[in-house]
Amino acid sequence: MTAREEVLARIRTALGGTASGGTAPASAAPSGTAPVADAVPRGYRTQGELDVTVLLDLLAERLRDYGCTVRPATPGEVMTAVAEAVGQRGARRVVVPPGLDLADLPTGTEIVADDGLSPAALDTVDGVVTGAAVAIAETGTIVLDGSPDQGRRALSLVPDYHVCIVRAEQVVALVPEALARLDPGRPLTWISGPSATSDIELDRVQGVHGPRTLEVILVAPEPRQ
Amino acid sequence: MSTFLGIPTAPRGVGHLRGDEPFPVAARKALANTQLRRNLGKATTTIRAKRAAVVAELPDWEELREAGRAIKAHTMRNLGHYLTELESQVTARGGTVHWARDAIEANRIVTDLVKATGAAEVVKVKSIVTDEIGLNDALAQAGIHAYETDLAELIVQLGRDRPSHILVPAIHRNRAEIRDIFLREMDGVDPGLTDTPAALTEAARLHLRRAFLSARVGISGANFAVAETGTLCVLESEGNGRMCLTLPDTLITVMGIEKVVPAWRDLDVFMQLLPRSSTGERMNPYTSMWTGVTPGDGPQEFHLVLLDNGRTAALADQTGRQALHCIRCSACLNVCPVYERTGGHAYGSVYPGPIGAVLSPQLTGVEDNASLPYASSLCGACYDACPVKIDIPSLLVHLRARHVEEAARAHRVASPESVTMAAASWVMASPSRWAAAQRASRLGRVVGRGGRIRRLPWPLSAWTAARDAPEPPAQTFRQWWRAERGDRS
Repeated sequence: MTAREEVLARIRTALGGTASGGTAPASAAPSGTAPVADAVPRGYRTQGELDVTVLLDLLAERLRDYGCTVRPATPGEVMTAVAEAVGQRGARRVVVPPGLDLADLPTGTEIVADDGLSPAALDTVDGVVTGAAVAIAETGTIVLDGSPDQGRRALSLVPDYHVCIVRAEQVVALVPEALARLDPGRPLTWISGPSATSDIELDRVQGVHGPRTLEVILVAPEPRQ
Repeated sequence: MSTFLGIPTAPRGVGHLRGDEPFPVAARKALANTQLRRNLGKATTTIRAKRAAVVAELPDWEELREAGRAIKAHTMRNLGHYLTELESQVTARGGTVHWARDAIEANRIVTDLVKATGAAEVVKVKSIVTDEIGLNDALAQAGIHAYETDLAELIVQLGRDRPSHILVPAIHRNRAEIRDIFLREMDGVDPGLTDTPAALTEAARLHLRRAFLSARVGISGANFAVAETGTLCVLESEGNGRMCLTLPDTLITVMGIEKVVPAWRDLDVFMQLLPRSSTGERMNPYTSMWTGVTPGDGPQEFHLVLLDNGRTAALADQTGRQALHCIRCSACLNVCPVYERTGGHAYGSVYPGPIGAVLSPQLTGVEDNASLPYASSLCGACYDACPVKIDIPSLLVHLRARHVEEAARAHRVASPESVTMAAASWVMASPSRWAAAQRASRLGRVVGRGGRIRRLPWPLSAWTAARDAPEPPAQTFRQWWRAERGDRS
């Protein structure tokens, strides 16, 4: 018996034949053993009820709570906000994913294109600017999904400084709303503040291996007059 | 090793599920270590307060717990189905799935996979399951160095120590001890290193940076694996996990078979329950989710090792299988009055605390961890804290019964507690015997000091071997009743 067959046989024995113990042949479709139906009570919240202004304020508050800098901007101010952030940081070379257009960036900052940079090469740039896929207000979380404006995962990991542009329509209130929007087939990175550790006496230290500084440009349409 | 329905438990002689000595012996040593008790008391108090605050924020916490419990119970009843579904989804997305009956087989699979890459070192994400199977020892025997990259695991590794907490494995060390370990063991460390957590963290960052940037093989565990989509999920804080999961060419993930969850939307529940219960945060800094291999992003070779190592033996016990619902948050450790005083090492297993007391004996067979189900006062705080509502107190009692039954079947003498319980039930079954015993117990007032009795005469000595007995009152309740109410009843 292969290990696979044996483990599946043990499961069948353990469950006493009263439930589906799995299919032994590798080729058989899992649907061949329909799972025993159990009602999973899902009485938890799946839909947020906050209006967009409150939602964005909550996201900003939760992000700041983690030690992030949050810069509100209108769609027309995004480039200025990025330039300000990068300028204040003093970052000279910034890597940018292929789908993010920062050509108008009005500073002398060098934009490094990601043409498959090695980890060591990424370690020499001063920062990274990306978009985002979804943000969760209640937990202060930004999710990247590797879309062209976010790039591969290493981009937002190795540089020590990350500027992330989040648009109002990407913000949801709750974790279940975010999961409903995300594509599980894409590589996902959930980011809730800068890297941190509490491994020494439960004292929180901000900044370990991931970017030690995270800035969020929160883009909302101008309020209607 | 005992078996349940003929299903083998985790083999002896490999990994870290069994201690060198029974819990009461190990606990006595731990209790004598005042530094350890100070460290633990501070850490558990801090984390309890954080957890309570973020749990109170959610109006639907109880609904989430109930959903978590139900999803896990459903998964266990259909474990084979979801494992084969996970396997076919991971395979369809370019991953390779391996099955391991036990620690020995899993270690061989991982070692062979690393050898095939030609790499002499690997970077590891904090993973209790790889510690359970003793993977680092197996890799070392094959000449492969494993870098533990989580700060606490690094402290444990450099200190040639054992983890003592599920979430914060170096919880038993304070800053001064950690600085000494770093100064002694870390190549090229600044000799002027101070003991502030920030300075110690910076030293770890510098120490590991080169390993991350040049790593060819990463090894991880998994918090969740979604059968429906083939998605693996790792929660962490430092970014060391992202480094290990993203930068190497090859990624090997070892997961216990109980970590599978049926559907993507089940993460609705667990991505809320786990961070708040574990670190006491609204969300942990980083979570990575990946499905097979993504061309041009991250490791281009992905192996998933599905490990049994006693889990199917636990599954066979209809009551005991609840222990497999555990999502390793460690909330039960932080609220446990026993854990808070003894620390994790006394439990002898990589799974300490209340959940360890019910999980380890099932993975190894009860006789190999016979003292653990008694390592509890049955106060129930663990049940209240558990995000998936594992009824740990009932499991403890169940496993005590199993231990007594199995010992009786093997004609061995069971533990002092079981003998005491049997004696107590004989005494309590008869009013006259009970009255006599109560009168006799008042004699304890003579031997008690400070309201505590450290040692009772045989056979009650079995009871006080592991605990003090309170000094009995001067008057029994029955005597008081008669004095107050005369003979009226």
